Amino acid sequence: MVISVLHRSRNWIYPATLLLAAFIVAPGQAELRIDITQGSVKPMPIAVADMNGQSSDEITFGRDIARVVATDLERSGLFDPIDRASFIQTNDALLSRPRFGDWRIINAQALVQGLTKILPDGRLRIEFRLWDVFSETEMVGKAYSTVPDNWRRVAHIIADEIYNRITGESGYFDTRIVYIAESGPANRRKKRLAIMDQDGANHRFLTDGSSLVLTPRFSPELQEITYLSYIGNVPRVYIFNIDTGRQEILGDFPGMTFAPRFSPDGKQVIISMARGGNSDIFTMDLRTRKVTQLTFHTAIDTSASFSPDASQIVFNSDRGGTQQLYTMAVDGQTPRRITYGSGRYATPVWSPRGDLIAFTKIHKGRFFIGVMRPDGSGERLLAEDFLVESPTWSPNGRVLMFFRQSKSGSDGSGGRSRLFSVDLTGNNLREIITPTDASDPAWSPLIP
Amino acid sequence: MRFKIFGVLAAAALLSACASDPVETGMASGAGNVADAKPVETYTAPLGSTIAAGSQEDLVVNVGDRVFFGFDEYTLDGKSRAVLDKQAAWLSANPSVTISIEGHCDERGTREYNLALGERRANSAKDYLVQLGVNPSRVRTISYGKERPVALGSTEGAWAQNRRSVTVVGNAGS
Repeated sequence: MVISVLHRSRNWIYPATLLLAAFIVAPGQAELRIDITQGSVKPMPIAVADMNGQSSDEITFGRDIARVVATDLERSGLFDPIDRASFIQTNDALLSRPRFGDWRIINAQALVQGLTKILPDGRLRIEFRLWDVFSETEMVGKAYSTVPDNWRRVAHIIADEIYNRITGESGYFDTRIVYIAESGPANRRKKRLAIMDQDGANHRFLTDGSSLVLTPRFSPELQEITYLSYIGNVPRVYIFNIDTGRQEILGDFPGMTFAPRFSPDGKQVIISMARGGNSDIFTMDLRTRKVTQLTFHTAIDTSASFSPDASQIVFNSDRGGTQQLYTMAVDGQTPRRITYGSGRYATPVWSPRGDLIAFTKIHKGRFFIGVMRPDGSGERLLAEDFLVESPTWSPNGRVLMFFRQSKSGSDGSGGRSRLFSVDLTGNNLREIITPTDASDPAWSPLIP
Repeated sequence: MRFKIFGVLAAAALLSACASDPVETGMASGAGNVADAKPVETYTAPLGSTIAAGSQEDLVVNVGDRVFFGFDEYTLDGKSRAVLDKQAAWLSANPSVTISIEGHCDERGTREYNLALGERRANSAKDYLVQLGVNPSRVRTISYGKERPVALGSTEGAWAQNRRSVTVVGNAGS
């Protein structure tokens, strides 16, 4: 699966007419931009035209790619794709050059167009351009070639390019979600490891549900997932290789191992191990198999997460009486409590940007998803319900995904569990559609 | 059936006297003349029972397989200790039986913390049985956190039923 970037916007080979057009653009015009750090952003109207093609296959790919791009952008909450029915300029005419007046009339601030071509070797070539409709300038233009089956990924990469060019932040559409697919009654719940693209496409079950599985997390390079499995009724941390489908137990521990996460460089896994009823935090080096104990407390220590620079660890402990969040140096030294608000705090996860820690909070019988700075200041709650749990970060640190479980009745009704995403601003709450009930989502980094 | 329960309670009362908690039963009088501090074998399977001695059914019907905990708690109250006293006597009467103790939680906690809490609950029960003389090699513990509720429904009543440790015959040593 190779995607080559054939052209960048700066060295795109323009037809002569396009070069001339570039000279007549008025200088000094403000650049098209969305500031996503604002509390509530009015979505930017954007026209995503079906990509052009000659053959019916090319036309179909062009249309499908454009629809995936538009859906990605729309779901971010930052863009408002314009209804295609209102487009004035046809796709064919776009091939030579946008008539910007036609796009201004329908209030498009940005325009995406492209071209698909099936190459003689059977590969699919996709080129796209993003135009600033008001300044009449090309913001980005790139081309990719890949096997045709990979067209969705190209669409996500294009959506990431557009997001990046307009917000100044890296995107998160070319990513995957690993999660726990749930089915059956609560007392005999079947749980399977499942993986899908961030938009729910390419869904696949990785385990058959014969063993209980919980809390999957990606390795930084995405080829592995670490998770808890009850294989043989012995709860231990495993590593699943996505390419080979093989699962391997992590180390040889005398007690239950759980709450695994990879270190930012992927060379270690941080886990909790319970021995004689007490849970402490350990790391295991995947190459040398060396195990290091980081906490030595009689309290529960669990749910450890590295800071992205791997200098610190945030974790959950009840050493102060109830569940609270603590940070410590990566060698286990200088533990420090960071949560002093009312309620219990759990499941801390350090943002990939390093600036925030996401958590689950339990207060007065309600559950919350929130974020705070690594010193515990600036707490903001982003979601609340009967039960919300287990936040995971988009790779750009701008969106959180979590699961929400509804109340259940004594007859076993209700109790539905679903995945949701929400902006760091608390806006744009969206359900991620899954074939069955779902919990414990983990968002991958951008696919390498 | 009465005489059996009386016998077990006598042992329970004896053990309870060692702990700091007050003995809550008024039936302890029968234990007054037991001089030896060592718990005595008192369990006898009911006459004419079709239940196999040492089976899970035997444990559930004649002893009690589970004890309950308060919210975010793992300490054993008097009622829980009384059940475990009976379990210890039953294990003594069935020396070939090995057990697993499962620790469980209600749905009002987070998954990973509940795994740790379930582990604590299972070990609370195990430690108590071991104190009573049960060989630790006969007892395995496993935590299911909030993954295996026994009572359905999001109610206080269901949550109280689910905050439990359950003794299951078999599986020791794995």
